[in-house]
Amino acid sequence: MLVLDVQIVLVGALVGISSSLLGSFLVLRKNSMLSDAISHSILLGIILTYLLIKQTTGPFFILGAALAGVVTVYLTEFITNTKRVKNDAAIGLVFPVLFSIAVILINLYARDVHIDIDAVLFGEIGFIWLDTTRWLGLELPKSLLSMTIIALINLAFVSLFYKELKISTFDEALATALGFRPTLLFYALLTLTSVTAVTAFDAVGAILLVAFVIVPPAAAYLLTDKLWRMMAYGIVISLGSSLFGYYLAVLWDVSIAGMMAVMTGVFLILAFLLSPRYGLIAQEVIRRSQRFANEERALVVHLFNHEHSSHQNEENIVSALREHLRWSESKSRNILMRSLDNNLIVREGEILNLTLKGRAIAQEIMQPWYRPISSEG
Amino acid sequence: MDLLSLLSDFTIRNVTLGAMLLGISSGVLGSFAVLRKQSLLGDMLSHAALPGICLGFIIVGSRQLLPLLLGALVSGTAAALFMLLLINRSRLKTDAALGSALSFFFAIGIVLLTYIQAKPDANQAGLTAFLFGQAASIVPSDLWILGSITVLALGIVLLFWKEFKVVTFDLQFANTLGFPTGVLEILLTSMVALAVVMGLQFVGVILMAAMIIAPAVAARQWTERLELMVFLAALFGALSGIVGALISALARGLATGPVIVLCASAIVLVSLLFAPNRGLVWASWQTRQQHKTLRSRQLLSNLYKLGLTHADPHYRVEETMMNAYYGMQTRDIFKRLESRGLIKQSSHMPEEGRHWELTPNGIEEARQFLHSLGNGDMGQDEVQHAGA
Repeated sequence: MLVLDVQIVLVGALVGISSSLLGSFLVLRKNSMLSDAISHSILLGIILTYLLIKQTTGPFFILGAALAGVVTVYLTEFITNTKRVKNDAAIGLVFPVLFSIAVILINLYARDVHIDIDAVLFGEIGFIWLDTTRWLGLELPKSLLSMTIIALINLAFVSLFYKELKISTFDEALATALGFRPTLLFYALLTLTSVTAVTAFDAVGAILLVAFVIVPPAAAYLLTDKLWRMMAYGIVISLGSSLFGYYLAVLWDVSIAGMMAVMTGVFLILAFLLSPRYGLIAQEVIRRSQRFANEERALVVHLFNHEHSSHQNEENIVSALREHLRWSESKSRNILMRSLDNNLIVREGEILNLTLKGRAIAQEIMQPWYRPISSEG
Repeated sequence: MDLLSLLSDFTIRNVTLGAMLLGISSGVLGSFAVLRKQSLLGDMLSHAALPGICLGFIIVGSRQLLPLLLGALVSGTAAALFMLLLINRSRLKTDAALGSALSFFFAIGIVLLTYIQAKPDANQAGLTAFLFGQAASIVPSDLWILGSITVLALGIVLLFWKEFKVVTFDLQFANTLGFPTGVLEILLTSMVALAVVMGLQFVGVILMAAMIIAPAVAARQWTERLELMVFLAALFGALSGIVGALISALARGLATGPVIVLCASAIVLVSLLFAPNRGLVWASWQTRQQHKTLRSRQLLSNLYKLGLTHADPHYRVEETMMNAYYGMQTRDIFKRLESRGLIKQSSHMPEEGRHWELTPNGIEEARQFLHSLGNGDMGQDEVQHAGA
């Protein structure tokens, strides 16, 4: 069964990779909810195409079913452009209609349409071995082959049009001025998203696909500022989600695709907490060090202001910090310790004196025009 | 089965009543969500309800409505907080935060659902009904719960009407008035969660977004006033609930949720097309009217100006000349002006073509129009000049 394990993990990873390559641009364009609409609507495409051509495989089926996704995007844009409805409401109006029609068609043609309602929700990635084909003498699941092809197509699309996609995403006006046709690119992107959704439907179902489109790029976005790195991290996160998701799903005997999708969310949370630059913890560390620096500056400025004045003996003592700077005892102790450690002040009995370094910092704040002319410079 | 006997059917009456209650509360609460540009919040909350339903089931061990709804409310709130955290404390934008929270929580729900299904337990059968809604499973005690939630929601909206209105339309102004805007926003959001939770049994987690958005969007087309919009949204919501429930009861085998959603969407379509002022048909008719008025005025003032330059206020203008000048057929415009008594047809021998000249009424109308544009004085002087 080892080979099957690898095959399932590979299919999951390929779904994630093909989706997150496209999803990166959707997240950056702030259009990610369109993938939610598409993933719901393709159910109608799948059923209509099946009723029409009585197939559930092949390029005609995939393109026909993907058309529903493109129609969703078109209708959403159309309704938004009438300026009667906001874009988000338009999304929320269109896909429920198409999805409702699909569910009703399943109700009506239940005997003809061999679509299990469960499959709509979480796919049957565990059963990919039921539908296999021979290729180069190997017995391989069809989903593995079709997902490989889709992943390669998506990879080719984003690498061939990398420059165009990048400029269209970040500066649509410039892209238009350069003659790149950003709208056409946008529709190509969403057509591929629909094609990916249809192909991945058997494996992960309609709705979990959203997790694979949005979440890995969102997590990657928290880790980097470079577009190609964002896509690369998205691929790595997809691989990891597939691997760990499969392992845990087998361990707990739950939906494999569902667990893979949960893992994408776990990676997002990890990125949100641990990202070196944008993570919650990193932000907290930066905020803390800024607060420390500000407190030390306040101390040296206070000492500097009263240095050599007549009330030096009342102001520049430890107890004055509590009354004049309104610092609590523990706070002033911490700040004093840090300032002593950082060699900003020295203590002589009760009196706090500035070191050369501390005075230089205070002077830069209070007398920014002052430049020492000494030879030490 | 005729309508009356249909309504006397015990189950169908329950379902219809429940769907109506759902329509009312989701219409009212959806209005605020749509106006606050949080339409997809309902989508997120309903998907995120799934893990809560499953957890409620795992804890209680049976399919009682109240624990499941409480679970849904809790997990929906957790997802909303997760989303807010992502929006406020990371660089992710609203859409990505929304989509991430939605899919993450839904995935957890799917995992829990398969966990429950794997257990040998007879009671779990009805749980998948929450995915697409199964109105037939409504029992009278459920109606009492739904009714209380509706009354509660409407009561809160009435009580905080003024506050909600200000928060919805001008958050900063609400802040300066000293309203606790944070609390009010959380209250509005959690009430959307409440409406979503109500709808789960009828419409299911996947389609509930439409019940929040559709009645409100439809109502928005008919009015500019919040009071009327909320009322209409409740009406439209109730209507789609009742009609949807009846249709799905008549055609047995149709899931209730999708039918209710299609009814609500049909109301949206009608409103978008035909509502006065905002409706698309209405707007395009008005644009046509404005085009007509504009062309008539243009032609009229051109006739007048030609009269000025030829020192003859009744200067006869040939129709084909005007066709050439405007690059279009002007016959209809001339005819319209004639029917209003502003110009009359005349001949100008030896030329054969149709000619038109201004009537005194037409001169007056053109003068007034040009005057309103700010060059009337010039016109009046020179006309008297020309007439002399």
